[in-house]
Amino acid sequence: MTSIDMPWYLELVIVAFLLFGALVALIGSWGLAKLPDFYTRLHGPTKASTLGVGCTLIGSLLYFSHQQDGVSVQEALVTIFLFATAPVSAHMMGKAALRRRLKGIQGTRNMPDR
Amino acid sequence: MNLAYRRWQYWLPRPLFSLFLALLWLLMVNEFSAAHALLGLALGVAIPFVTHGFWPEEAKIKRPLPLVRYLLVLLVDILRSNLVVALRILRPARYLKPGFFSYPLALDDDFAITILASTISLTPGTVSIHYDAEANTLLVHALHLENEAGMVADIRERYEKPLEEIFR
Repeated sequence: MTSIDMPWYLELVIVAFLLFGALVALIGSWGLAKLPDFYTRLHGPTKASTLGVGCTLIGSLLYFSHQQDGVSVQEALVTIFLFATAPVSAHMMGKAALRRRLKGIQGTRNMPDR
Repeated sequence: MNLAYRRWQYWLPRPLFSLFLALLWLLMVNEFSAAHALLGLALGVAIPFVTHGFWPEEAKIKRPLPLVRYLLVLLVDILRSNLVVALRILRPARYLKPGFFSYPLALDDDFAITILASTISLTPGTVSIHYDAEANTLLVHALHLENEAGMVADIRERYEKPLEEIFR
Protein backbone atom coordinates (compact mmCIF):
# COMPACT_ATOMS: atom_id res chain seq x y z
CA MET A 1 0.00 0.00 0.00
CA THR A 2 1.36 3.39 -0.90
CA SER A 3 1.16 5.82 1.93
CA ILE A 4 0.94 9.57 1.95
CA ASP A 5 3.82 11.27 3.71
CA MET A 6 3.06 12.06 7.31
CA PRO A 7 4.45 14.79 9.46
CA TRP A 8 6.77 13.29 12.02
CA TYR A 9 4.81 14.50 15.05
CA LEU A 10 1.68 12.74 13.82
CA GLU A 11 3.67 9.56 13.36
CA LEU A 12 4.98 9.96 16.87
CA VAL A 13 1.50 10.36 18.35
CA ILE A 14 0.21 7.32 16.45
CA VAL A 15 3.15 5.21 17.52
CA ALA A 16 2.67 6.29 21.13
CA PHE A 17 -1.00 5.26 21.05
CA LEU A 18 -0.22 1.91 19.43
CA LEU A 19 2.59 1.10 21.85
CA PHE A 20 0.60 2.12 24.91
CA GLY A 21 -2.39 0.10 23.69
CA ALA A 22 -0.21 -2.93 23.09
CA LEU A 23 1.39 -2.58 26.51
CA VAL A 24 -1.97 -2.39 28.30
CA ALA A 25 -3.29 -5.37 26.33
CA LEU A 26 -0.15 -7.30 27.27
CA ILE A 27 -0.66 -6.52 30.96
CA GLY A 28 -4.29 -7.60 30.65
CA SER A 29 -3.28 -10.94 29.15
CA TRP A 30 -0.62 -11.36 31.80
CA GLY A 31 -3.34 -10.85 34.40
CA LEU A 32 -5.48 -13.48 32.73
CA ALA A 33 -2.62 -15.93 33.14
CA LYS A 34 -1.56 -15.11 36.69
CA LEU A 35 -4.60 -13.97 38.69
CA PRO A 36 -5.53 -16.63 41.24
CA ASP A 37 -9.20 -17.48 40.64
CA PHE A 38 -11.99 -17.19 38.11
CA TYR A 39 -13.65 -14.15 39.63
CA THR A 40 -10.49 -12.06 39.69
CA ARG A 41 -9.68 -13.15 36.14
CA LEU A 42 -13.01 -11.70 35.06
CA HIS A 43 -11.56 -8.24 35.61
CA GLY A 44 -9.04 -8.64 32.80
CA PRO A 45 -11.28 -8.68 29.75
CA THR A 46 -13.58 -5.88 30.93
CA LYS A 47 -10.84 -3.46 31.88
CA ALA A 48 -7.41 -3.86 30.39
CA SER A 49 -8.67 -4.99 27.03
CA THR A 50 -11.01 -2.02 26.64
CA LEU A 51 -8.19 0.48 27.14
CA GLY A 52 -5.76 -1.59 25.06
CA VAL A 53 -8.13 -1.90 22.14
CA GLY A 54 -9.27 1.70 22.64
CA CYS A 55 -5.74 3.09 22.29
CA THR A 56 -4.99 0.88 19.28
CA LEU A 57 -8.19 2.14 17.66
CA ILE A 58 -7.34 5.79 18.32
CA GLY A 59 -4.01 5.18 16.60
CA SER A 60 -5.78 3.54 13.69
CA LEU A 61 -8.32 6.36 13.54
CA LEU A 62 -5.60 9.00 13.33
CA TYR A 63 -3.68 7.04 10.71
CA PHE A 64 -6.59 6.36 8.39
CA SER A 65 -8.09 9.82 8.84
CA HIS A 66 -4.81 11.16 7.54
CA GLN A 67 -4.42 8.65 4.73
CA GLN A 68 -7.94 9.01 3.36
CA ASP A 69 -10.12 12.05 3.03
CA GLY A 70 -12.40 12.71 5.92
CA VAL A 71 -12.52 11.22 9.36
CA SER A 72 -12.58 7.48 9.61
CA VAL A 73 -15.44 6.64 11.95
CA GLN A 74 -15.50 2.87 11.92
CA GLU A 75 -13.01 2.75 14.77
CA ALA A 76 -15.41 4.75 16.93
CA LEU A 77 -18.10 2.17 16.18
CA VAL A 78 -15.80 -0.68 17.20
CA THR A 79 -15.15 1.12 20.49
CA ILE A 80 -18.84 1.63 21.16
CA PHE A 81 -19.65 -2.00 20.45
CA LEU A 82 -16.78 -3.14 22.62
CA PHE A 83 -17.86 -0.99 25.56
CA ALA A 84 -21.44 -2.15 25.19
CA THR A 85 -20.67 -5.88 24.98
CA ALA A 86 -17.69 -6.46 27.29
CA PRO A 87 -19.61 -5.88 30.55
CA VAL A 88 -22.46 -8.10 29.39
CA SER A 89 -20.20 -11.05 28.64
CA ALA A 90 -18.38 -10.58 31.96
CA HIS A 91 -21.74 -10.49 33.74
CA MET A 92 -22.89 -13.71 32.08
CA MET A 93 -19.64 -15.54 32.83
CA GLY A 94 -19.74 -14.41 36.44
CA LYS A 95 -23.32 -15.57 36.77
CA ALA A 96 -22.44 -18.95 35.29
CA ALA A 97 -19.53 -19.28 37.70
CA LEU A 98 -21.79 -18.53 40.66
CA ARG A 99 -24.29 -21.13 39.49
CA ARG A 100 -21.56 -23.72 39.26
CA ARG A 101 -20.36 -22.72 42.74
CA LEU A 102 -16.82 -22.09 41.62
CA LYS A 103 -14.64 -21.43 44.62
CA GLY A 104 -12.90 -18.12 45.10
CA ILE A 105 -9.37 -18.04 46.45
CA GLN A 106 -8.73 -18.22 50.17
CA GLY A 107 -9.61 -14.95 51.82
CA THR A 108 -12.31 -13.87 49.40
CA ARG A 109 -14.67 -11.81 51.49
CA ASN A 110 -18.44 -12.42 51.56
CA MET A 111 -18.30 -15.42 49.25
CA PRO A 112 -21.97 -15.97 48.33
CA ASP A 113 -23.23 -19.47 49.05
CA ARG A 114 -25.72 -20.17 46.37
CA MET B 1 -56.47 -4.07 19.28
CA ASN B 2 -58.24 -4.23 15.91
CA LEU B 3 -56.94 -1.79 13.36
CA ALA B 4 -53.69 -1.75 15.33
CA TYR B 5 -51.81 -1.83 12.06
CA ARG B 6 -53.39 1.48 11.11
CA ARG B 7 -51.48 3.32 13.79
CA TRP B 8 -47.98 4.42 12.90
CA GLN B 9 -46.66 3.09 16.23
CA TYR B 10 -47.45 -0.39 14.99
CA TRP B 11 -45.06 -0.05 12.07
CA LEU B 12 -42.54 2.17 13.77
CA PRO B 13 -42.41 1.14 17.43
CA ARG B 14 -39.12 2.92 18.15
CA PRO B 15 -38.63 5.98 15.95
CA LEU B 16 -35.42 7.11 17.66
CA PHE B 17 -33.94 3.65 17.58
CA SER B 18 -34.80 3.38 13.88
CA LEU B 19 -32.99 6.63 13.22
CA PHE B 20 -30.03 5.40 15.24
CA LEU B 21 -29.85 2.17 13.22
CA ALA B 22 -29.98 4.05 9.94
CA LEU B 23 -27.16 6.31 11.12
CA LEU B 24 -25.19 3.32 12.32
CA TRP B 25 -25.53 1.70 8.92
CA LEU B 26 -24.21 4.81 7.18
CA LEU B 27 -21.27 4.99 9.58
CA MET B 28 -20.50 1.33 9.06
CA VAL B 29 -20.37 1.47 5.28
CA ASN B 30 -18.43 4.71 5.76
CA GLU B 31 -19.86 6.44 2.72
CA PHE B 32 -22.89 8.57 2.17
CA SER B 33 -25.11 7.95 -0.83
CA ALA B 34 -28.84 7.92 -1.47
CA ALA B 35 -28.80 4.16 -1.94
CA HIS B 36 -27.12 3.51 1.40
CA ALA B 37 -29.34 6.03 3.16
CA LEU B 38 -32.41 4.20 1.85
CA LEU B 39 -31.00 0.82 2.78
CA GLY B 40 -30.16 2.12 6.25
CA LEU B 41 -33.66 3.49 6.72
CA ALA B 42 -35.17 0.20 5.53
CA LEU B 43 -33.05 -1.67 8.07
CA GLY B 44 -33.96 0.89 10.70
CA VAL B 45 -37.63 0.19 10.16
CA ALA B 46 -37.37 -3.57 9.70
CA ILE B 47 -35.14 -4.47 12.65
CA PRO B 48 -37.22 -2.80 15.43
CA PHE B 49 -40.40 -4.13 13.81
CA VAL B 50 -39.16 -7.71 13.94
CA THR B 51 -37.49 -7.55 17.34
CA HIS B 52 -39.63 -5.18 19.40
CA GLY B 53 -41.45 -8.07 21.04
CA PHE B 54 -38.22 -8.91 22.86
CA TRP B 55 -37.56 -5.41 24.10
CA PRO B 56 -38.40 -4.20 27.57
CA GLU B 57 -40.46 -1.06 27.95
CA GLU B 58 -38.74 1.87 26.33
CA ALA B 59 -36.81 3.96 28.81
CA LYS B 60 -37.31 7.66 28.56
CA ILE B 61 -34.21 9.79 28.55
CA LYS B 62 -35.54 12.91 30.19
CA ARG B 63 -32.45 15.04 30.32
CA PRO B 64 -29.79 14.69 27.65
CA LEU B 65 -27.32 17.11 29.22
CA PRO B 66 -26.57 15.06 32.35
CA LEU B 67 -26.21 12.08 30.00
CA VAL B 68 -23.34 13.78 28.20
CA ARG B 69 -21.71 14.61 31.53
CA TYR B 70 -22.22 11.03 32.67
CA LEU B 71 -20.50 9.70 29.54
CA LEU B 72 -17.53 12.00 30.08
CA VAL B 73 -17.17 10.93 33.71
CA LEU B 74 -17.41 7.34 32.53
CA LEU B 75 -14.67 7.83 29.93
CA VAL B 76 -12.28 9.25 32.52
CA ASP B 77 -13.15 6.47 34.96
CA ILE B 78 -12.56 3.78 32.36
CA LEU B 79 -9.09 5.21 31.85
CA ARG B 80 -8.45 5.31 35.59
CA SER B 81 -9.85 1.85 36.15
CA ASN B 82 -7.59 0.39 33.50
CA LEU B 83 -4.52 1.82 35.16
CA VAL B 84 -5.65 0.71 38.63
CA VAL B 85 -6.32 -2.84 37.45
CA ALA B 86 -3.04 -2.94 35.49
CA LEU B 87 -1.15 -2.00 38.66
CA ARG B 88 -2.97 -4.61 40.70
CA ILE B 89 -2.13 -7.25 38.13
CA LEU B 90 1.55 -6.36 38.21
CA ARG B 91 1.77 -6.55 42.01
CA PRO B 92 2.17 -9.98 43.61
CA ALA B 93 -1.13 -11.77 44.11
CA ARG B 94 -0.78 -11.99 47.90
CA TYR B 95 -1.62 -8.29 48.16
CA LEU B 96 -5.01 -8.87 46.56
CA LYS B 97 -8.05 -8.93 48.80
CA PRO B 98 -10.90 -9.84 46.45
CA GLY B 99 -14.44 -9.94 47.75
CA PHE B 100 -18.13 -9.71 46.96
CA PHE B 101 -20.57 -7.10 48.11
CA SER B 102 -24.20 -6.54 47.29
CA TYR B 103 -25.28 -3.15 46.13
CA PRO B 104 -28.81 -2.03 47.02
CA LEU B 105 -30.33 -0.38 43.96
CA ALA B 106 -32.45 2.73 44.11
CA LEU B 107 -33.21 2.64 40.38
CA ASP B 108 -36.15 0.59 39.22
CA ASP B 109 -36.01 1.00 35.46
CA ASP B 110 -34.63 -2.04 33.62
CA PHE B 111 -32.65 -0.05 31.11
CA ALA B 112 -31.15 2.24 33.74
CA ILE B 113 -30.14 -0.77 35.82
CA THR B 114 -28.49 -2.32 32.77
CA ILE B 115 -26.47 0.82 32.25
CA LEU B 116 -25.49 0.97 35.90
CA ALA B 117 -24.38 -2.68 35.86
CA SER B 118 -22.31 -2.09 32.73
CA THR B 119 -20.79 1.00 34.30
CA ILE B 120 -19.82 -0.94 37.40
CA SER B 121 -18.14 -3.53 35.21
CA LEU B 122 -16.20 -0.92 33.27
CA THR B 123 -14.95 1.05 36.28
CA PRO B 124 -12.23 0.54 38.88
CA GLY B 125 -11.82 -3.01 40.05
CA THR B 126 -15.47 -4.05 40.10
CA VAL B 127 -17.56 -6.43 37.99
CA SER B 128 -21.30 -6.84 38.44
CA ILE B 129 -22.08 -10.52 38.62
CA HIS B 130 -25.69 -11.06 39.49
CA TYR B 131 -28.88 -9.04 39.54
CA ASP B 132 -31.39 -10.05 42.17
CA ALA B 133 -34.75 -8.82 40.88
CA GLU B 134 -36.63 -9.60 44.09
CA ALA B 135 -34.37 -7.78 46.52
CA ASN B 136 -33.41 -5.26 43.82
CA THR B 137 -29.70 -5.64 44.52
CA LEU B 138 -26.65 -6.13 42.36
CA LEU B 139 -24.01 -8.60 43.46
CA VAL B 140 -20.64 -7.07 42.69
CA HIS B 141 -17.20 -8.65 42.74
CA ALA B 142 -14.35 -6.34 43.63
CA LEU B 143 -10.76 -7.12 42.78
CA HIS B 144 -9.68 -5.38 45.94
CA LEU B 145 -12.27 -4.90 48.66
CA GLU B 146 -11.28 -2.89 51.69
CA ASN B 147 -14.16 -0.66 52.57
CA GLU B 148 -17.53 -2.03 51.55
CA ALA B 149 -19.65 0.89 52.69
CA GLY B 150 -17.30 3.33 51.01
CA MET B 151 -17.56 1.51 47.71
CA VAL B 152 -21.35 1.44 47.84
CA ALA B 153 -21.43 5.14 48.65
CA ASP B 154 -19.00 5.82 45.78
CA ILE B 155 -21.16 4.03 43.22
CA ARG B 156 -24.26 5.76 44.56
CA GLU B 157 -22.77 9.25 44.37
CA ARG B 158 -20.83 8.88 41.14
CA TYR B 159 -23.13 6.82 38.95
CA GLU B 160 -26.54 6.06 40.36
CA LYS B 161 -27.58 9.60 41.29
CA PRO B 162 -26.75 10.99 37.82
CA LEU B 163 -28.57 8.04 36.23
CA GLU B 164 -31.62 8.74 38.38
CA GLU B 165 -31.52 12.30 37.14
CA ILE B 166 -31.31 11.20 33.51
CA PHE B 167 -34.10 8.64 33.58
CA ARG B 168 -36.42 10.11 36.16
